[in-house]
Amino acid sequence: MRNIWIIARKEFKQFFVSPVAYAIALAVFLIMGVLFYATILSAAYQQYAPGVQVILGPLATIFLFTTPAITMRALPDEQRTGTLELLLTAPVRDWELVIGKWLGSMGFILTILLVTWVYPIILNRLVDPGIDQGVLVSGYLGLFLMVAAFAAIGVAVGTLFSNQIAAFFTTLGILLVLWMIGYPSTASGALGPSLLSYLDISEHFYPTFYRGIIDLKDVVYFLSLIALALFLGSISVESRRWR
Amino acid sequence: MMIRANALTKDYGNRRAIENLTFNARKGEILGFLGPNGAGKTTTMRILTGFMPPSSGSVEIGGYDVIENSLEVRRIVGYLPETVPLYADMTVYEYLEYMGSLRKVSHLENRIKETLEQVELSERSNSYVGALSKGMRQRLGLAQALIHKPEVLILDEPTIGLDPGQVVNFRQLIREIGKDKTVLLSTHILPEAQQVCDRVLIINNGHIVAEDTPEQLQARLTGSQRVFIQIRGDAQEVLPLIEHIPGVIRVQLRNQDSLEFETLPGKEVRPAVAKTLIQAGFDLLQIQNINLSLEEIFLKLTREEPAGVIESQK
Repeated sequence: MRNIWIIARKEFKQFFVSPVAYAIALAVFLIMGVLFYATILSAAYQQYAPGVQVILGPLATIFLFTTPAITMRALPDEQRTGTLELLLTAPVRDWELVIGKWLGSMGFILTILLVTWVYPIILNRLVDPGIDQGVLVSGYLGLFLMVAAFAAIGVAVGTLFSNQIAAFFTTLGILLVLWMIGYPSTASGALGPSLLSYLDISEHFYPTFYRGIIDLKDVVYFLSLIALALFLGSISVESRRWR
Repeated sequence: MMIRANALTKDYGNRRAIENLTFNARKGEILGFLGPNGAGKTTTMRILTGFMPPSSGSVEIGGYDVIENSLEVRRIVGYLPETVPLYADMTVYEYLEYMGSLRKVSHLENRIKETLEQVELSERSNSYVGALSKGMRQRLGLAQALIHKPEVLILDEPTIGLDPGQVVNFRQLIREIGKDKTVLLSTHILPEAQQVCDRVLIINNGHIVAEDTPEQLQARLTGSQRVFIQIRGDAQEVLPLIEHIPGVIRVQLRNQDSLEFETLPGKEVRPAVAKTLIQAGFDLLQIQNINLSLEEIFLKLTREEPAGVIESQK
């Protein structure tokens, strides 16, 4: 357990000396800032009070694209520079490495998420009688769980590559498929598509967390997805020894 | 025995990297792995450190099986891979702190200081790893391998990239560590093996082709002589005559009028050769001993058939 903490802390610290990490953070705040400003302006013109959704919606989409960029360095870089050999010959278990890397990335993502709290605070001052605190809490909880699952998938995919770009696009591809896999179920009600709809990540965010509902089923879904991804990632690291 | 490797074989797909390697190393012994590039040195070391398993065979380090008790083995082994694994955006101190804490080193701060002194990097403690020269990186890699005071130290080509002065210090350091630890080091530099190692394994194409102390390799060097002779006329004609003289092996034509051969260890064959040539009516212009260098022994072992085969160029 101690190793997980050591690896996570090192991973987290390294984000703050990496220009890529600052570029990602800048992109998130820039896109979010522009969208937020535009929404507020249009709401003022049309004279309606925007809800927290105007923040949650864009954030979910932005993280869908930026999480693969945050996790793409975690393991591919260790493989490229040969430091993976160092970690795998130190008394560190494969799963400690994978979980440590995931927690380190989560630390950075959480930092970005915390900074985005500034938008609800501003919005709360602008609308009367203030925003719905319940939706804010459930929305951010859902966002957190969802991004944690994105990051777990990103770290797991990273175990397969020594090239960051390859890791980025593969992770993005998998996330986009999981994001849209439920679409067929909207067209028909058969069992197959309804299973697909259960697998769909967005189906566990928009109907519930996004509307202020915290459903245990969705929490379990995200926790299972995280556990599965980290498990597969550990197996993949272990299988490197046998390849 | 600190290291016991038994019948190690490793296949990468269809390619066999090492075959049936069996060797041991004692506590307090420095064992050298000598061989050309691609001989299987790195593969063997990666198996010993638990980075990858052998296709067949077994290794015990300090009484622990490398596969069954992988974590215990990794705790007592220090490893410097061939490409020194470093994090460029960490400082020297942070890097050792990270590796030291993963290895649960007690009194880490003191230990880092000590290790940095040992590898002569104390003054660069706050430098970023990315700003270090190649030689310094190599020494930092060694510091990482030493930080937890390992029982067994495995070094893959450790002196590459060091300047001559550093090489001397480095070898001294290895000798010192080797007094009470087991050190396994691979190299393709023969004098290094000779100066540093207590015992040398020469491997080629995945096989052990020789295993000896440097002294005994040295004995081969001085025991066996190479002799050069020059005659007036065609050397081809005297070749069969010389081949039949007792004690002569490996006769080879050098030029139109000259040839070389080796002698069995301890045999002085020059008078017999001279007599035979003169009796056969040839004019002997030159007869001279040439020393066999360790490099030549190495080349012979790694490029030719087993020693002792009499061969001649026709």
